[in-house]
Amino acid sequence: MSESVSRIGIACRVNGELRRVQAFPMARLLDVLREELHLTGTKEGCGEGECGACAVLLNGAIVNSCLVPAIEADGAEIRTIEGIARGEQLNAVQEAFLECGGAQCGICTPGMVIASVALLERHPHPTDAEIREGLAGNLCRCTGYQKIFAAVVRACESTGEKRPASR
Amino acid sequence: MRAYIPAYDLRVPGSLSEALALLVREPGIWQPFAGGTDLMVLLEAGKLPHKRFLSVAKLDDLRGIEVTADFVILGALTTYTEIKNHPVLQAEYPLLCTAARETGSIATQNRGTLGGNIVNASPAADSPPALLVYDGEIELVSVRGARWPPYHGFHTGYKKMQIASDELLRAIRLPRRAKPWRQYYRKVGTRKAQAISKVCFAGAALMDGGTIRDVRIALGSVAPIVLRAVKTEGAMRGRSVTPAVIAAAEETLAREIAPIDDIRSTARYRLRVAQNLLNEFLSQLAK
Repeated sequence: MSESVSRIGIACRVNGELRRVQAFPMARLLDVLREELHLTGTKEGCGEGECGACAVLLNGAIVNSCLVPAIEADGAEIRTIEGIARGEQLNAVQEAFLECGGAQCGICTPGMVIASVALLERHPHPTDAEIREGLAGNLCRCTGYQKIFAAVVRACESTGEKRPASR
Repeated sequence: MRAYIPAYDLRVPGSLSEALALLVREPGIWQPFAGGTDLMVLLEAGKLPHKRFLSVAKLDDLRGIEVTADFVILGALTTYTEIKNHPVLQAEYPLLCTAARETGSIATQNRGTLGGNIVNASPAADSPPALLVYDGEIELVSVRGARWPPYHGFHTGYKKMQIASDELLRAIRLPRRAKPWRQYYRKVGTRKAQAISKVCFAGAALMDGGTIRDVRIALGSVAPIVLRAVKTEGAMRGRSVTPAVIAAAEETLAREIAPIDDIRSTARYRLRVAQNLLNEFLSQLAK
């Protein structure tokens, strides 16, 4: 067997809570979240940064956690799908996914919700093109894209403000 | 097969001097690791034979976009997101902003870096054609000092670069002369978003009435390196944009590029598309 490096201590804030774990430096953040922190809402799809199922917010920016080495989470602020609702109170995006039927098998849904939340933080009133761009990194194998798109539109409309046609 | 993760080391030096000292102390042992958007894919696929990496994530000397009177200087760790949102880059270097916007998804754009795109040395990289067209220079630093070679010529063959084992890419600078040039960028992939290029084309021309006073073009995915097509440029420089000149330029391009058949496309398709993109670039100059 190949020689091994040691596990290192990693401290990060996950969904507002300070967490400490021991992990190999090149372990994937995805595996640390699921296996060590038991946050299994983040899914593994392709494992190569194509599908967005493992998307989380790292210091506020959407990233694919399968492409982030654990050591780079040290000192970072991470938000996973478990941190999107406030207790029983769903986020407007989650409500909209429910209302619009924006989930079928559900594997892509955590990533789709994270991508939608990230989009609405960047553009509270996105154009159609911005919604498509914001979701372009998330693949749905059930191909339910129209309902997911409709859910993001619904989430924007829930604020009562109008979206621009273009910029 | 997945890689055996405990076999991989990733050191995170806190300063540039610490990083450069490590590169000198153990030459060839430590490979730089930036955004990881390519290396982590290889790792997961079990295709990453090198085991020891030096993370440049904490090296603040490699960050930031500086605008001076003569140059825009981009730290090697500048992300695609930072590029596409930067007002000076948007105004003066639209090809680079388009390349950044069309590279991967937003999640990839938040992690992937300009320096990584260069040193990873993929012939299909999307930002290098723009950097070549803007006549960029790169800063390579080591304990021996810093040097600023032109980016053109940095790649000498497939994944081969003019960089010593103790050097790190610190920055890329672009001369602020692009504004009067007519500029064109087009990436052709399987789908509109998040596709790796079949062909990528960047071009810029300085026009004098109907005459091409100066021109630079560069292409991705048509050769072992991202290619500045200097012979094709020579077939256009000083000429008016006429059907005969366009045909001659397309002919020269066919001899200058060396596309291959691979998982994403065929040599024949790539050649035809590269010529079509050149044609579109030139036809727009005539308008």
